[in-house]
Amino acid sequence: MCKEVSSPEGPLTIVREVSFAVARGESVALVGPSGAGKSTLLALLAGLDLPTTGDVILAGQTLTAMNEDGRARVRAQHVGFVFQSFHLVPSLTALENVMLPLELAGASDARSRAADVLAGVGLGKRLGHYARQLSGGEQQRVALARATVARPAVLFADEPTGNLDTVTGERIARLLFELNSGETTLVLVTHDHSLAERCARVLTMDAGTLLGGSNDTTTTASPADSRATHA
Amino acid sequence: MHSLRLALRAMRREWRSGELAVLWLSLSIAVAALTGVGFLVDRIGHAVNLQASEVLAADLRVESDAPIAATEQAQARQLGLSTSSLISMLSSVFNGDANQLTNVRAVDAGYPLRGQLLIADHPFAAGKPTRDIPAAGEAWPDSRLAAALSVNVGGSLTVGSRDFKVTRILISRPDQSSTFVELAPAVLINAADLESTRLIQPGSRVEYALLMAGSTRELDAFRHWHESVKSAHERVAGVADASPQIGDASRRAARFLALASLVSVLLCAVAIAMSARSYVRRHLDVVALMKTLGASRGLVLAVNLWQLLLMAAVASAVGAAVGWVTQLWLVRILQGFLRSDLPPATAWPALLGFIVAVAILSGLALPPLLQLTRVPALRVLRRDAGAPPLALWAAGLPVLLALAGVVYGTLGDLRLSAWFLAGVGAAVIVLALCGTLLVRLASRVRSTAGAAWRYGIANLARRRSESVTQIVAFGLGLTLLLALAILRDDLIVDWRATLPADVPNYFFVNIASDRRDDFERELQLLGAQVTRMLPVIRGRLVDINDQPTSEMQFQDQRGRRFAEREQNLSWAEDFGDDNRIVAGHAWTAADRGKALVSLSVEYRDSLGLKLGDRLRFDVAGESFNVTVASFREVKWDSFRPNFFVVFAPGLLDATAGTYMTSAFLQPSAGAMARLVQHFPGVSIFNVGDLLAQVRAVIDKAVTAVQSVFVFTLAAGLTLLLAAVQASREERLYETAVLRVLGANRRMIFTSMLVEFALIGALAGVLAAVGSSAGGAWLARSLDLKFRFDWTLSLLGVIGSLLIVGAAGTIATRSVVRVPPRTVLY
Repeated sequence: MCKEVSSPEGPLTIVREVSFAVARGESVALVGPSGAGKSTLLALLAGLDLPTTGDVILAGQTLTAMNEDGRARVRAQHVGFVFQSFHLVPSLTALENVMLPLELAGASDARSRAADVLAGVGLGKRLGHYARQLSGGEQQRVALARATVARPAVLFADEPTGNLDTVTGERIARLLFELNSGETTLVLVTHDHSLAERCARVLTMDAGTLLGGSNDTTTTASPADSRATHA
Repeated sequence: MHSLRLALRAMRREWRSGELAVLWLSLSIAVAALTGVGFLVDRIGHAVNLQASEVLAADLRVESDAPIAATEQAQARQLGLSTSSLISMLSSVFNGDANQLTNVRAVDAGYPLRGQLLIADHPFAAGKPTRDIPAAGEAWPDSRLAAALSVNVGGSLTVGSRDFKVTRILISRPDQSSTFVELAPAVLINAADLESTRLIQPGSRVEYALLMAGSTRELDAFRHWHESVKSAHERVAGVADASPQIGDASRRAARFLALASLVSVLLCAVAIAMSARSYVRRHLDVVALMKTLGASRGLVLAVNLWQLLLMAAVASAVGAAVGWVTQLWLVRILQGFLRSDLPPATAWPALLGFIVAVAILSGLALPPLLQLTRVPALRVLRRDAGAPPLALWAAGLPVLLALAGVVYGTLGDLRLSAWFLAGVGAAVIVLALCGTLLVRLASRVRSTAGAAWRYGIANLARRRSESVTQIVAFGLGLTLLLALAILRDDLIVDWRATLPADVPNYFFVNIASDRRDDFERELQLLGAQVTRMLPVIRGRLVDINDQPTSEMQFQDQRGRRFAEREQNLSWAEDFGDDNRIVAGHAWTAADRGKALVSLSVEYRDSLGLKLGDRLRFDVAGESFNVTVASFREVKWDSFRPNFFVVFAPGLLDATAGTYMTSAFLQPSAGAMARLVQHFPGVSIFNVGDLLAQVRAVIDKAVTAVQSVFVFTLAAGLTLLLAAVQASREERLYETAVLRVLGANRRMIFTSMLVEFALIGALAGVLAAVGSSAGGAWLARSLDLKFRFDWTLSLLGVIGSLLIVGAAGTIATRSVVRVPPRTVLY
């Protein structure tokens, strides 16, 4: 697939002829210099944005054939997200932030499930705290809990340790992979080599393309797959 | 229902975090102002109608020269009206040999249905109200009759062939002051005694009246039914036909209150619009996140719509409750003026409050909220991804519709509403242009200022659109507030000037022309300030432009009366300053003896006349053909002799007539009784009680106006809060950066003070100019005299500078307290 945007200097290609597939339960790191197109690729994979050409198939469903609401539905069912800047809702407590995806899906046991997951990331005693009352590491743990509470098939993470010190970053990375030890597929964008090395596969991007023959079109097409293919 | 549950949760959480406080507050105040004033205006309207009713002693009267069919009273009762009957005739009443032509009035229980009888034990004494009527065998003569026949309580009077015991002196009755045609004194007796007086004989001239009181619906039903059964000699008189003297002040008060509440609503609307904008800005990330987590656009929209509706419901409930309490309090203030038997408050104002809340929210908050639903999920990764901007019509049209609806709903006058909206629109444009200019000018001078000042001014220039928005918002709010303050003072000055303490409290009618000078001298001996003495000539209008009035049809009831009945005419050299010529000319020396007439505008409107029309009057069998030379607006509440029809001097001089005058005096009861004995033919009317009532109305209306002002001020304050809240986050970030770069708190404080004070001062200057222009226009629409008040304007500028500067700085001081680390990391 390709992604072009218009700019004052004319059309700009951010993602160029990228095609790969990720198997269920696999962990993939997207690395590369700033401006290489990693975050754009992540947005395309999660259906937050649409490619100019090409298709994105997530959990057996072609995102590129869906409207915004259709893609949102797929995300609600299959996707979790972790961001570099955490994106906690400031007016909600830690518990309420984690409850949010369950509430959107209409789950009745949102409170107990969210509390369990928060306890699992070591924040069982900070349920009623607001984001501004938590440290960076704690905020990212809340974000992790929020991303995994609905047990998504695919977890996308954009620089999950980018805003954290080494020790805290390490702790978050460990949690991320613990959560991924089941069947969850993990796709993360990172500058952190140690984090990338924990992944089963590392895809390097530069100037919008995948380097080093990492393009891989030979994966199985199981329903829980997340894969991007050429048009 | 899923979306409702989500909306409820979101509301609870946002309420807890204070996100919606300003929005709630603004909305509640808007609804409170509208419902509170709505109740009050409603009740003032009732009071005005009731006062007019008192002149009739009923809400509706059927009058006739022949007995009124019993079926009419039965029908009225069946419709739920309370009724009473009144039979009156002229007859000589005797005390021994002394006799006096008297208006004998036989009443039954319930009279008067509106207003009250005042009674005392001595003539001309202060009266006490009573709900009773004379018992069988009793008579209540009025002061004039008692004085003329030298009878007191305990004495007796002979009416027809029956003797009555005098048990009370009638000081006043509600239906005595409407017209001055009842020249004879009066005596009240019980209807049950009428037959035994044998006054009603074939050929005697008797007036029968059926009095009715009840709700408008019941009265309309009766009027409707009566149309089909009424006999030729029956006339119906309702509140609308009653005396024009009363109610001017009250009507103006009601209009002013409506305007004042509207200003509160507009200020709140601006605050709501600002809060909604900052709410949307703060929620861009949340909505993007919700979408990332799988929320559809429909769900986001539904949640937001539910929130809007819930907010409107709760805010209007709170607002209506506050409005209701205010109304209770206002009714307490107005106690004695408003009747205790007013219909209880209905749910209508509360419902209206909800409708207004929904309208304001839909117009001002819905468009930005709808825009919020269009935020792309991509924003979670790319901060610059926002919602596509709203088209101008999509943002502007709902605002315009909502405001137009609220303005028209409150003022109820299409023309005034259109002018008001156009005025506000023009003010916004002018304020925006001037604001932009001033902000540019300020940024030019910043290089000459110190660091804190420079940063403050730079802030103003950098956040140009926000600064201009704030200047427009404050400027508009302040303009309306100042204009209202100017008007309020004008209104109060004007009201008080209408009724100075020495306004005439007595009318003297039926003064014989040969005793005119004696009478005036006697009055002056009593220390009276006599206004003017005008002739009163009884005459009938017979032709209009050569067409007999008996052959003409008049839609207007008063017009019919003018054409059918004998009326009081006068002539005068000059009209006095309580008469304003609106068309034609005042009398000049050349007009003396010419066949010209000047008419009041009420007379013109009732009969549909224009300048140059020819009228023929029959005065004691003599015809006078006259041409309409001018129309006058008469200030009936000047309490001076005034006439609908005034001839040019020199035409009617020879006609037999009497004189009337009015005066301010505070006589002893004895002095008044002597005056009556010296001039037995003169009819005396004490309007002091009516005046006291009107004064009380004015004082209470002033209190009411001041209390509504509280809402307007509260609305202004929420506007300030909304403006501060709007830029808080941005300030938080900037301040953190500045502090990291080494700026101390003092410098940041000063710069914020400079910025807010400048906004306040700029808004103040614009408001001072705008309010004078707006005030002048509003004064015209309220029939007030506009006075430019430079102290108030100056006060506005300084007040705005201080209040906006101080409040803005205080409200944002927490920005400096938050450690930079918390903001930047």
